[in-house]
Amino acid sequence: MSGTSQGEGARLRLRPPRNQVDRRAVAWWRAGILVFWAVPVLVLVVLGILLPGARFWLLAPAVAIMVVIVPLAIGMPLWWYRVHRWEVTDEAVYTRTGAVWQEWRVAPMSRIQTVDTQRGPLEQYFGLATVTVTTASAKGAVKIPGLDHELASDLVRQLTETTHATPGDAT
Amino acid sequence: MTTSEVAWQRLDRRTVIVNTLNAAGVCVVAGVPTGIGVGGATSPRLALAIIVPAALLIVGVVALADHLRWHKTRYRVLTDRVELHKGILVRSRRSLSRERIRSVDLTANLLLRFFGLVTVKIGTGEQTGTGTSLALYPVSKAEGERLRTELLDRTPSGTGDGRRNGVLAAIDLGWVRFAPMSFVTPTLGVAAFGAVLQVAEWFGLQEGVITWTIDRMRDLPLVAAILVLVVIGMVVGVIGATGLFVEMWWQYRLEREPGGTLRVRRGLLTSRSISLEERRLRGVELVEPLGNRLVGAARVDAVATGLAKQKESEKTDHKTLLPSAPRHVADRVAAEVLREDVSPTSAVRLRPHPVAARGRRIRWGLACVAAVVAPLLVLGWLLSVEVLLHLAWICAVVLVPVAVVLAIDAYRNLGHGLTGDYLVARSGTVRRGTVALQRRGVIGWTARQSIFQRRKGLLTLTATTAAGTGAYSVHDVGESDGLAFAESAVPDLFGPFLERG
Repeated sequence: MSGTSQGEGARLRLRPPRNQVDRRAVAWWRAGILVFWAVPVLVLVVLGILLPGARFWLLAPAVAIMVVIVPLAIGMPLWWYRVHRWEVTDEAVYTRTGAVWQEWRVAPMSRIQTVDTQRGPLEQYFGLATVTVTTASAKGAVKIPGLDHELASDLVRQLTETTHATPGDAT
Repeated sequence: MTTSEVAWQRLDRRTVIVNTLNAAGVCVVAGVPTGIGVGGATSPRLALAIIVPAALLIVGVVALADHLRWHKTRYRVLTDRVELHKGILVRSRRSLSRERIRSVDLTANLLLRFFGLVTVKIGTGEQTGTGTSLALYPVSKAEGERLRTELLDRTPSGTGDGRRNGVLAAIDLGWVRFAPMSFVTPTLGVAAFGAVLQVAEWFGLQEGVITWTIDRMRDLPLVAAILVLVVIGMVVGVIGATGLFVEMWWQYRLEREPGGTLRVRRGLLTSRSISLEERRLRGVELVEPLGNRLVGAARVDAVATGLAKQKESEKTDHKTLLPSAPRHVADRVAAEVLREDVSPTSAVRLRPHPVAARGRRIRWGLACVAAVVAPLLVLGWLLSVEVLLHLAWICAVVLVPVAVVLAIDAYRNLGHGLTGDYLVARSGTVRRGTVALQRRGVIGWTARQSIFQRRKGLLTLTATTAAGTGAYSVHDVGESDGLAFAESAVPDLFGPFLERG
């Protein structure tokens, strides 16, 4: 290891944010992957049934996709669930997301411009919501996916109140 | 003065002449090849009988439409806002709050300049949403200047420092030597060949041109023929790049005006005046493309809010404060623009990154070479084509050293540091960028770590900002060093979330 810390003594690390996302997020992510890949698999299977001549060449990719996707759909959401965490303090919103690439983001209250929630059809089914916090930076948005939707709307209210109370011109 | 007392103003009436001439020009350019094509297929007289009335009709319609547009467009400058009413069928009424106006840019192409007219674009510097700018096309040059000074006139801020006003930089024609040393040259060279073939195709001569070329080349060996074509392409590219530079940067001047506005004026055929409020400036970026870096030249770009959503084609020239110029000029201009004694990009002591970052870059370089060589090998082996196998090893022999050298250079260019109010980050090899960002302009941090970086103890630290591209990164910095840097650059962002041990 080459990264010995210079000057500060002990090594610095970002601690994980305090809160996990809702447990239902695992099922939501799984459903998302399966729904997304079900479309090409179904098309291939239906064509395979209708076209006996090309059956092997249509069903083989369908099987191949399933062999790859089903383990991913089981495994990846568990990994995401372990990584995805969030925290809101009086000063900032702090998140950790990703899996292979992990990302820690912090946006201070004084720079927050908008706070929104989104709920796609699957999220509605699972009673979840995604909170997006944007700043004046085109690339500075902080997203917290997979929150319980009531918690999410409370969070939006709390964030909106705090940002109104915090001075700053947001750029 | 009440709102109703401020008189409405119109665009310059000569817009009708300008647009009619424009339409006539387009008709000639499009009509001549069409005429030759149609005339060749049928008879010249028939071609004239169709195309001339059609062209006259188009020109007439454009003239009428533009007269209507002129008649229906009105604007006025009030004490608190600028209003524009326009639209022939669909009327639109826009108003911009004057305190939100961040830029007033004037451009004039050759035709507009001939009539003494300019296009005025008033922008608010908002990053999102439409309706954030107004264009007045065209007004007289004097009216354009009046709008510019009136709308950008602000009471000088406390930092106003008389001796720094005036011309900060002006064109030195010697700089034209840096223009061909960029990707513009080969791109224009290739484009020239394409253009020749395209024009030939319009006249149905494409095959003729190709046969003629092959005939010329017949006596030469293949390698020589390829070299001749490459040299012709390069020559055309160099001429094109030089011409482009002269067109863009002729009579370039960078000035600071009282009241805190930076103004770039330049252009040979199309003259441009770009204003940038210093309030919007969050730093500068010193850009050194490889060709320029080898001869000690650099360009200075502004990192400012409200420039990001320009059209793709306008983006680079709007933010460029100084074209490629000798490094000491670039450093001086960067310092002047930021009102510093020494440019932060040269005052800073950049800290190098862990050696692990070098290994990563070498692996990326070799992976890119493999992506070229492997398909050649596989195809050559599967199809038993010996030429492909030879091509594969030649590519490998040439590209591996290039990739390794670029990777090592990329590693050596990595650096980050703090100086005064600025944080400075450098990276890149083909395009080395050194960005100096005001610490108060940082509005958030992102730390990103892949599983590979995690094993090596590296991370990529990104400062998000409202200015420029929105995010500037310190690539592959040591994890602990990077977080300490983030905390000392902008305290209390990552601070509360750090732990030791």
